[in-house]
Amino acid sequence: MTLTLEGVSKVAGGEVHIHPTDLTLEAGTMNVLLGPTLAGKTSLMRLMAGLDVPNTGRILWQGKDVTGMRVQDRAVAMVYQQFINYPSMSVYDNIASPMKLSGKSKAEIDAAVRKTADLMQLSPMLDRRPLELSGGQQQRCALARALVKDAGLVLLDEPLANLDYKLREELRAEIPKIFEAAGSIFIYATTEPEEALLLGGNTATLWEGRITQFGSTPVVYRQPADATTARVFSDPPMNFLAVTKSGARILFGDGQSTAALGPMACLADGEYLAGFRPNHLELEAPDGEIMAFDTTLSVTEITGSETFVHLDHHGERWVGLIHGVRALEPGSDLRVYLDPAHVYVFETGGALVAPASYAQAA
Amino acid sequence: MAKITLDNLAHSYLPAPKGPEDWALKEMNHVWGDGEAYALLGASGCGKSTLLNIISGLVHPSQGRILFDDEDVTSRTTAARNIAQVFQFPVVYDTMTVHDNLAFPLRNRGASAQYVAERVQTIARMIGMEDTLNRKARGLTADAKQKISLGRGMVREDVSALLFDEPLTVIDPHMKWELRTQLKALHHEFGHTMIYVTHDQTEALTFADKVVVMHDGRVVQVGTPEELFERPAHTFVGYFIGSPGMNLLEARVEGNRAIVDGTEIPLGADYGRPGGRVQIGVRPEFVRMGADEGGLPVRLTRVEDVGRHKVVRCDHDGTQINAIVAEGADVPADLSRLEFAPAAVNVYSDDWRVAPKSPAEEAA
Repeated sequence: MTLTLEGVSKVAGGEVHIHPTDLTLEAGTMNVLLGPTLAGKTSLMRLMAGLDVPNTGRILWQGKDVTGMRVQDRAVAMVYQQFINYPSMSVYDNIASPMKLSGKSKAEIDAAVRKTADLMQLSPMLDRRPLELSGGQQQRCALARALVKDAGLVLLDEPLANLDYKLREELRAEIPKIFEAAGSIFIYATTEPEEALLLGGNTATLWEGRITQFGSTPVVYRQPADATTARVFSDPPMNFLAVTKSGARILFGDGQSTAALGPMACLADGEYLAGFRPNHLELEAPDGEIMAFDTTLSVTEITGSETFVHLDHHGERWVGLIHGVRALEPGSDLRVYLDPAHVYVFETGGALVAPASYAQAA
Repeated sequence: MAKITLDNLAHSYLPAPKGPEDWALKEMNHVWGDGEAYALLGASGCGKSTLLNIISGLVHPSQGRILFDDEDVTSRTTAARNIAQVFQFPVVYDTMTVHDNLAFPLRNRGASAQYVAERVQTIARMIGMEDTLNRKARGLTADAKQKISLGRGMVREDVSALLFDEPLTVIDPHMKWELRTQLKALHHEFGHTMIYVTHDQTEALTFADKVVVMHDGRVVQVGTPEELFERPAHTFVGYFIGSPGMNLLEARVEGNRAIVDGTEIPLGADYGRPGGRVQIGVRPEFVRMGADEGGLPVRLTRVEDVGRHKVVRCDHDGTQINAIVAEGADVPADLSRLEFAPAAVNVYSDDWRVAPKSPAEEAA
């Protein structure tokens, strides 16, 4: 079972929603579409589902061209951000509803409903109506309906966005297990990097209607192909600084410099963009070769176990995520450290020149 | 700005409440300090919005009083309470410019033109909209409109309190960072009394000086982020704060040790012999992968790579135990023991935290 997009693009009202896109998804995989609002996640899903017809390109299902085929004639299930259930039907009938048109026997339907309800932990609630359930249970009911018909392609458009934080956390942990048990192609849209990481599988990062990278989720996270992917796949955002490589030194615009260490040591002289994630910024100098920066602290935020420090580095805004609780005075000067193994180097145009060396080891 | 006192406050949406389950808000007494930032944190239906609506005057409590400084405002309308509110979705006047939207609350109260001009500039700078002041609000993105709502909430310096009801819900994760930082800076600069309702622990913990955790119509703990993290007063706080939440295990406690299914777990202090249903709680951050001999026997079920660290999920006799380990840590497939940092283990009796017998040790 495969879904293939060949040069698929979508233009609506003179605006490009999706630039020409090639993508192949395999059976039994979880595929995350990660990007901010308006990046094109929903547009891409609608094309995959057959809800919209692309302006160019072809969509192949098992190698067969389905580009013009209506959504009703495809083996597709979709779950939206808003929980969509039939309010007057019981949970049982809600889950069974997609199968009623399939011509399956009552016994087959019953077995499938009970199995899916069990998986989604809805078995004790089969006789209730959706509105008598909590938000999390309502969305599980909608998820069960998408799973029960055994569609080859299941599309989930930010399905947990309207749920409480804790419920989201619990469903996020459950969803990958459910998907491992099913054999379908799953596509899951989210704006949150952490959600992509928890779901695992593959991730396609989207930015302004383009897939910037597609691959195994941890690989895309640790080896982003360009600065845009790194920015999309980092929350808090990745920190950047413009640098010049000159001989054995890395120069910052303000007259500061450090030795060119790690991935920067073997670069040709010239201008680059260096990037690092907030959790790799340190307040104490670790052992070994280290880069140091003088910054001004603008705000701190304490989560109980960690402290976010918002910094100003000569006009560049950085965020650091530091272990433990730190009492630091806003407005004060702060020297911060960075292990060169955690630094990504990009061309000024954004393409990756050298991945952080720790990521290659991982 | 004002101190806010909740005096014997309780609320039921039913005309004749009987059992405790009929009360959306169970009786509470609290004093919230002038100029402090509070977050009301809890799941849907915990009573946090009811409490906010009582403070703003949208709901009249069934019982008790609410005081701003020492003045009883229980029967006053929202308008008479001198507060500013920001809601989940942007409330802006589309046909007005950004400038006039921000100026509206000041002009409404007859502020001088010069003061309005100065104040609008200050706020526009804080929300990063100086360049769009002369644009009509119509056609701006939801993010920008919500920034205007936040700015309008902040524009009056003389309000008794600023109330926020899930103000960042419609905002993208990246923008959330920016707005939260701005709110924090605004609080730092102006020192308003702020109350911020949210179900998102990160928002609550990073925004507030004190987080008010609500569960089932009750305030279960008021504390700094650090207190909620290190010493959750109730098992709900342990579960709700932290991701994943605190691990809980049924145990027997004897002084400075706990016994879990025959395994002895050292504790950081003397807890005596608490009665009731006794559990120990330890956060995943303080769980280490153990050597062969010591620690609690477990079975490894799953490792999640969350980027900045890994979540190691294990099973101990049907109870899930999670550990957080470093990004680069090796998790052996045959992991069979977990160890807990003794000082980070809390003891609970019937869901409430047991204070150790030797408080000096706790402070250490």
